[in-house]
Amino acid sequence: MIGGLFIYNHKGEVLISRVYRDDIGRNAVDAFRVNVIHARQQVRSPVTNIARTSFFHVKRSNIWLAAATKQNVNAAMVFEFLYKMCDVMTAYFGKISEENVKNNFVLIYELLDEILDFGYPQNSETGALKTFITQQGIKSQHHSKEEQSQITSQVTGQIGWRREGIKYRRNELFLDVLESVNLLMSPQGQVLSAHVSGRVVMKSYLSGMPECKFGMNDKIVIDKQGKGGGSEDAAKSGKQSIAIDDCTFHQCVRLSKFDSERSISFIPPDGEYELMRYRTTKDIILPFRVIPLVREVGRTKLEVKVVIKSNFKSSLLAQKIEVRVPTPLNTSGVQLICMKGKAKYKASENAIVWKIKRMAGMKESQISAEIELLPTNDKKKWARPPISMNFEVPFAPSGLKVRYLKVFEPKLNYSDHDVIKWVRYIGRSGIYETRC
Amino acid sequence: MTDSKYFTTTKKGEIFELKAELNSDKKEKKKEAVKKVIASMTVGKDVSALFPDVVNCMQTDNLELKKLVYLYLMNYAKSQPDMAIMAVNTFVKDCEDPNPLIRALAVRTMGCIRVDKITEYLCEPLRKCLKDEDPYVRKTAAVCVAKLHDINAQLVEDQGFLDTLKDLISDSNPMVVANAVAALSEIAESHPNSNLLDLNPQTINKLLTALNECTEWGQIFILDCLANYTPRDDRESQSICERVTPRLSHANSAVVLSAVKVLMKFMEMLPKDLDYYGTLLKKLAPPLVTLLSAEPELQYVALRNINLIVQRRPEILKHEMKVFFVKYNDPIYVKLEKLDIMIRLASQANIAQVLAELKEYATEVDVDFVRKAVRAIGRCAIKVEQSAERCVSTLLDLIQTKVNYVVQEAIVVIKDIFRKYPNKYESVIATLCENLDSLDEPEARAAMIWIVGEYAERIDNADELLESFLEGFHDESTQVQLQLLTAIVKLFLKKPTETQELVQQVLSLATQDSDNPDLRDRGYIYWRLLSTDPVAAKEVVLAEKPLISEETDLIEPTLLEELICHIGTLASVYHKPPSAFVEGSRGVQHKRLPGSAGSGESVESPDTGSAAGVSDAPPAVIPSQGDLLGDLLNLDLAPPATTTGPPPPTSSGMQMGAMDLLGGGLDSLMGDESEPLGGDLGGSPAMGAGFGAPPAAMPASFNAPVSGGLDDLFDLGGGVGMPSGAYSPPKSIWLPAMKAKGLEISGTFARRAGVVQMEMTLTNKAMSVMTDFAIQFNRNSFGLAPAGPLQVLTPVSPNQSIEVALPLNTVGPVMKMEPLNNLQVAVKNNIDVFYFSCQYPISMLFVEDGKMERQVFLATWKDIPNDNESQFQIKDCHLSSDAASSKLQGSNIFTIAKRTVDGQDMLYQSTKLTNGIWVLAELRVQAGNPNYTVSLKCRAPEVAQCVFQSYEAVLKN
Repeated sequence: MIGGLFIYNHKGEVLISRVYRDDIGRNAVDAFRVNVIHARQQVRSPVTNIARTSFFHVKRSNIWLAAATKQNVNAAMVFEFLYKMCDVMTAYFGKISEENVKNNFVLIYELLDEILDFGYPQNSETGALKTFITQQGIKSQHHSKEEQSQITSQVTGQIGWRREGIKYRRNELFLDVLESVNLLMSPQGQVLSAHVSGRVVMKSYLSGMPECKFGMNDKIVIDKQGKGGGSEDAAKSGKQSIAIDDCTFHQCVRLSKFDSERSISFIPPDGEYELMRYRTTKDIILPFRVIPLVREVGRTKLEVKVVIKSNFKSSLLAQKIEVRVPTPLNTSGVQLICMKGKAKYKASENAIVWKIKRMAGMKESQISAEIELLPTNDKKKWARPPISMNFEVPFAPSGLKVRYLKVFEPKLNYSDHDVIKWVRYIGRSGIYETRC
Repeated sequence: MTDSKYFTTTKKGEIFELKAELNSDKKEKKKEAVKKVIASMTVGKDVSALFPDVVNCMQTDNLELKKLVYLYLMNYAKSQPDMAIMAVNTFVKDCEDPNPLIRALAVRTMGCIRVDKITEYLCEPLRKCLKDEDPYVRKTAAVCVAKLHDINAQLVEDQGFLDTLKDLISDSNPMVVANAVAALSEIAESHPNSNLLDLNPQTINKLLTALNECTEWGQIFILDCLANYTPRDDRESQSICERVTPRLSHANSAVVLSAVKVLMKFMEMLPKDLDYYGTLLKKLAPPLVTLLSAEPELQYVALRNINLIVQRRPEILKHEMKVFFVKYNDPIYVKLEKLDIMIRLASQANIAQVLAELKEYATEVDVDFVRKAVRAIGRCAIKVEQSAERCVSTLLDLIQTKVNYVVQEAIVVIKDIFRKYPNKYESVIATLCENLDSLDEPEARAAMIWIVGEYAERIDNADELLESFLEGFHDESTQVQLQLLTAIVKLFLKKPTETQELVQQVLSLATQDSDNPDLRDRGYIYWRLLSTDPVAAKEVVLAEKPLISEETDLIEPTLLEELICHIGTLASVYHKPPSAFVEGSRGVQHKRLPGSAGSGESVESPDTGSAAGVSDAPPAVIPSQGDLLGDLLNLDLAPPATTTGPPPPTSSGMQMGAMDLLGGGLDSLMGDESEPLGGDLGGSPAMGAGFGAPPAAMPASFNAPVSGGLDDLFDLGGGVGMPSGAYSPPKSIWLPAMKAKGLEISGTFARRAGVVQMEMTLTNKAMSVMTDFAIQFNRNSFGLAPAGPLQVLTPVSPNQSIEVALPLNTVGPVMKMEPLNNLQVAVKNNIDVFYFSCQYPISMLFVEDGKMERQVFLATWKDIPNDNESQFQIKDCHLSSDAASSKLQGSNIFTIAKRTVDGQDMLYQSTKLTNGIWVLAELRVQAGNPNYTVSLKCRAPEVAQCVFQSYEAVLKN
């Protein structure tokens, strides 16, 4: 298990050092600094073995978090723990910076004592932790006996991510479907690879211990229901359903229930959390199509024309559109003509950057560029890197639709109808490239 | 209020000030002081001097202060064991506190104070806490047992804590169960044989129930523990798998990987024809792919594991090639791992895409990555034959970029492609040769040299190219030197006429001027091969190469099995068994995949390793430069004769070989039409090791050849001999039919009527008639040569044998052979020319007038320095001295005088060789003792060994 946990600043000075196991000594702190932080070369692996001690590290801005061990630990767990540690710290004092770490070092030690025991990660849900570890000293001494046992049962209980007795005057739910759509397209418009990785992020402000059920147009669920309701219905709904390649859930979701019934039921944590992640590869709506046309005119001139077409309902608006057309290294000058937005040649980035604030669906726009080249004797041909694109659209390119989100709280007197629910879809570009 | 100020106090007298503050009456001040102490401790300052003062602050109802003091205690208790006892009372008291958080804090901290004296005091509080009503305390106490075990294992056993811990597996609280499992697993690891974690279907069931309810970390502990269980049968295995699969959808990658581990392991037990088996395989792919969207560090861990999984069960991810395509922003360690997996997954179906990607990668910035990408293209060519052509043209494109490291890497992989597909892509050699000058890395240079050597016959200026490398021979790395040596020998074997000088140059560079034993060894091996048996040399050096394996860098199957059992852990990241990086008893246990159900059909392929753990040799990988040497060494390269007694200095033998290379070796290569090359061509250097030189000087003479001995050799020349009755050894097979297209030659030598004869039986074991026999000798130590043509008058029909006697003379060209009596013979017939070597008994060179005058004998005996005397024992000889004397006389060893001293007969004998060398002998025969002693004195002591052999042979026959 984890033998020691260290936090360093960018200079390699130790800010936090907590040793859990006897086999990790003070020299381990220095070994990591010398061999990794001060190493001349770029880090080639997040796991480093120095003198039979293994170090796992992650970096947050310029703060290094390192876990050391001499045993054959579960490496995936150590990294998950380090990320969790970052989440917890962020939840307590915001950005992980040298100043914040120094300002909160007593708190961090306290947290480390609680969430890592003898190197074994313990309950690290901030919701639960915040009930008895606070920045203003320890609350628990003021707790009544009842409250104390409530805390402990929550920390160790089945629902470690939520404390009891939460009350809101207004029960509200915010649900964001955030997708990033990735594309690699050939110059001829053939899709080489495309996938959507999506997240369902929730903010729940609900009283009590509500039981939630989340439904979406998952093909498997719809097909199953379709079987019961007749074939016609199945065919109809089949169109709107999407095939999910894989999904993972926050630990509040009952996985065995998902496995057997494919229903997503859970008692949500309070506040913001990521309910699920998913990936789809079939029937993706590609919001934009990029049509490149590159013509080499002699050895010193290049003509580039790029057409972008928006491919979604005309009532919707895409935002923050940016097209990046790479230019050769020996570019000496660029003349640009674009119908919409602003375009600029950025010599330092070797690219033409074309920005459009908004663009409605089913529209088309184009840019033409004349690129003057310096004659070179470099035999190496220009590799023609792909044209990349950034954008944001108000729908889910995977086609995912939230069908319902039901809330049941049997003990308190509010029903599903009383909860105010907000649903939002945002599709963003991931790596969206077209070769030219 | 900020705490960062505590980090800034670095003034002198700080400790003193802190001491005062710690003893202050004001609570706030105390707390501030403890914070300062902790801050100092963090940055590595020694604040142990404050121990008593800090411990004094422990008795407080302020929990924050208490925690800080505990933190201090954990750090310094070990250095102040006596003082640490002061803290015990507080711990004991705190364990009784009404607040469960304080009870847990006390029990948690207690275990971290690693002081033997204290541990005893902790047992009672710990026992209570293990049975505490509050689960929070119990889960903390469970871990504390593991802590205590780490300090004092015996104590934990004696106190019965292990049983209590086992009971906790049935606790109602899932977190208690998880921690108990973690603690037990850890303790069990240091007791490999104990049955501590008594996993039976009941406990497994409890664990699986807790799995659904506990925290993500608890799930990992439980899954890791489950992975150690071996189900009784495939049904149990399946039911566990069914209950574990939902974990594959967990957001925590470690949970997913641990679940994958359990499934990969238990799958081994499922029959392959089971529907569920297929379902399970399908279920494994998506979560593995999803791991690749995690943070980069986790991706790295996942990729290292996927690398193992793909090797064990390639079918899981065979359709998922695209997800391993490298993204521009991936960190380099992710990129490199992805590339590895891409190569493993490459197949005919996806090769076009893969190649397109690899080509893109080859233009990236990171040198390591680019190199690996280029190498990957080569691997694809070797793995997927259909793609080879495209790969080669891609590589050529890359070579055209002239980016130095790309070119070099490309040449290295093209070498492997040539090996895999000989005679297919040689058209590109010209392009490769253009880049000769830009190669500065040993591997690339070696590869290029290999290519030139291998295709020497197609490269017009191969000799020039190789010669250009030879100029800086000694500055090259060993790899290049070895390759250059081999390449030039290849070239020589292919174009012998033009490259003699070159090969001579490289052989002498390798054997004489190099300090590298490998290089010298290889040099000698070639040298000897070329000198003794050029045909064999051809067979060895230009042998068909073994096929190179498609898959590379495969992990050895038993190790792979073990690593599969360690999925998710560091072992799977390092691809090394835990014992390789974990100290002590932990991790020394080697884990195994369970045996399969029924007929063992779950084992993928025979070489994937059975449960029995037969350690197969790892499959051949793309060979490095060293393998040719390996091939050579596998051959039996023992010298043709086994000499007894003091072995002749081998180095001199090599020297002789060098000589021979230019004579006989070359002759034979050119077939029988060539005349032996003039003696002076090779004469001078090799003769340096002539007979006159004393044996001790031999190795030296090899390093610095001198021609001094030459004269002696010829001075000794001349001489003829007579009578018959000489000893002749029985015939032995010199040339087996297998080596000579059906011609078998057996033979012996005899001296009949003063004439040396070579008596041979030629047997035709082939299907066709043999005619046109001819014979030729290589130069040899005594100038033996056929006195006339080989008289085979009639054609030899199949299965017929004929006897031939070939009279020999001793006026042929002379060259010292090793062993001295070695004779290399070429026999020609209508089919081919065959070469063999044989050894003649030196006794047939003993001439008939070898009887010395007594006076001369005495004088000569005195004259020859004692250094030249050598003594031998002849064992188990039951002849009397007279019988021996007469028997020896039959072989021209003459007794000059006989003396009897103390019942010991001393025979003084002389003999003369055809080249005029006199050998004087003293033979001592003691009645009743079957062991004779022979002392030989001769001006050319090299012959002593051979003469002694003749003595022995004559006396015993």
